[in-house]
Amino acid sequence: MAANSQREVIIRVEDFTAAYDGQVVLEHVSFEVYAGEVFAILGGSGCGKSTLLKHMIGLYRPAAGRILIDGDDIAAAGEGRLAILRKFGVMYQSGALFGSMTLRENVSLPLEEFTKLPPEAIRLIALMKLQRVGLSGAADRMPSELSGGMQKRAAIARAMALDPQLLFLDELSAGLDPITSAGLDHLVLNLARSLKITFVVVTHELPSIFAIADRVIMLDKQEKGIIAMGSPQELRDHCGDPRVRQFFAREAPGEI
Amino acid sequence: MRSFVHASVNLRKEPPRDGVLRLAIDGRLDSDGTGQIWRDATSSVAAAKAPSVVLDASGVDYCDGSGIALLAYLRDGQARSGGELTIEGLRPEFQQMLEGWAPGDLARLGGGPRETSSLAAEIGEAAVEVWRDIQALISFVGELTAALGYAALHPRSVRWRDAFRVAEAAGVNALPIVALISFLVGLIMAFQAAIPLRQFGAEIFVANLIALSMLREMGPLMTAIILAGRSGSAFAAELGTMKVREEIDALKTMGLDPVVFLVVPRVTAAVVMTPLLTVFADLLGLMGGSVVMLSLGFPLITFFNQVQYAVTYGSLVGGLLKAFVFGILVAAIGCLRGLQTGSGASAVGESTTRAVVSGIVLITVTDGIFSVVYFYLGV
Repeated sequence: MAANSQREVIIRVEDFTAAYDGQVVLEHVSFEVYAGEVFAILGGSGCGKSTLLKHMIGLYRPAAGRILIDGDDIAAAGEGRLAILRKFGVMYQSGALFGSMTLRENVSLPLEEFTKLPPEAIRLIALMKLQRVGLSGAADRMPSELSGGMQKRAAIARAMALDPQLLFLDELSAGLDPITSAGLDHLVLNLARSLKITFVVVTHELPSIFAIADRVIMLDKQEKGIIAMGSPQELRDHCGDPRVRQFFAREAPGEI
Repeated sequence: MRSFVHASVNLRKEPPRDGVLRLAIDGRLDSDGTGQIWRDATSSVAAAKAPSVVLDASGVDYCDGSGIALLAYLRDGQARSGGELTIEGLRPEFQQMLEGWAPGDLARLGGGPRETSSLAAEIGEAAVEVWRDIQALISFVGELTAALGYAALHPRSVRWRDAFRVAEAAGVNALPIVALISFLVGLIMAFQAAIPLRQFGAEIFVANLIALSMLREMGPLMTAIILAGRSGSAFAAELGTMKVREEIDALKTMGLDPVVFLVVPRVTAAVVMTPLLTVFADLLGLMGGSVVMLSLGFPLITFFNQVQYAVTYGSLVGGLLKAFVFGILVAAIGCLRGLQTGSGASAVGESTTRAVVSGIVLITVTDGIFSVVYFYLGV
């Protein structure tokens, strides 16, 4: 951890509490994400992974505490909000591609809305983004004509349209076959290494965690917070917490 | 801390000398910066028609995908016109990104415009579409008849809880709007008719006009159109969303026929509620007319007697029979459009629109058929 303190912090979560209608889902959560790393949020179903992610991207307001992205409070309203939103891209669990637009139009949308690029440039950049995720041949297809893996890749391309330094991926490989999911892992690593993009990934797929994550935090439903933090290898081999061991060993809960 | 401040980008040009055009870019080549200089850069390279272009990129302190797109685009454009473009001083990490795009790669990126079809092909496609729609309608009518017949023989198979829920949504909750519209239609018709009739001293016949037109025509028609707008659309949206979320498929694989499970309760509820609503519509329409009659100085009992004299039970029942048929049509077409939904959010919107439009067309056409039949039957 000593070496980490030297590194640039891109997300800082400070004493964060999340609640829906007064029911607390997470409380007193604090952690940091460093620039350039692949950071994974783990945990069983219903532990608040997606809740944490939705707060980090500013869809919900924290019940208490703060979430800072590059030093700015994401929940702070006002003129700065758009600037904060442009610093990151989000891939939603089911892609959330706009069904009435082709893939190229989906990727072009942020470029059209937020830049002064001329149409031919937008077209070219959108195609280049799709090429990066291996979809240039499908640029004029509608999202509904694609398989789940292709939709996720297209969603990553759209999230990258404005070249953000930070990408949030919700359930990157859930519901995909091992080959497609390994392909996505490879894509994430490739982007992280070549473009120095910081990734925050929500997942519970073990192979994917070991393949891509530099550091992970593990959330727990009873604890309503973080029960472990570190590299996936560390947690698997050295963590004393039975819940963490169970998660990495894929044991059923009765076996504690 | 990383700076996300968008410093401006700068493009400097020197007039071409000895066939060499020299350009220099400094600043941040991100999607903002690239947008600022794209036109300028591409047009000046194209206009110069210089065999050799030298681009000094030593001042570029940040370059992302958009910047790389610009550099690659300039390089390939120059290569196509037979010249060459040399990029000098680009930082190694950006150089590496640029090398990911070999010359000619950009041209190979797919995605030309979609094939446009000719007018003849479009007319043909539309005709086939209409024919398919008619086929779908016919087979749906068959399925629905079979399902309704089965439901009539096995009343326990119908999901009555769903039917009551729909009856409440489509019937009870529609009462205020049906009441308001019929009252106003009665009132307005009476008022408009009173003016010319007064010239002949025949204001009393306003009652005949209101009674006949409300019971035979306007009551069922207004109710059915409100049903199409309120409930036909709701059925299409609900079933359409279920289709998009594969819930219809889930029903099928559970061995539950979507027509029996979803359409029958809705059609049953609509069929029961439409004539009931029509009774209210008729009453409220007459009340609207009576307000005008009162204001013309006729006592209520005169209006009442005149109405009784003008219409028979036949007119009332004829109107209610129409309402019954309209109820089946509107509910069934709403469900059919919902089940025909394609994929995606826009498909649900499209189905909803189609449900309302088809509903109103069916109402109008059927109303015409009823008029002819009633004329010959002498109702």
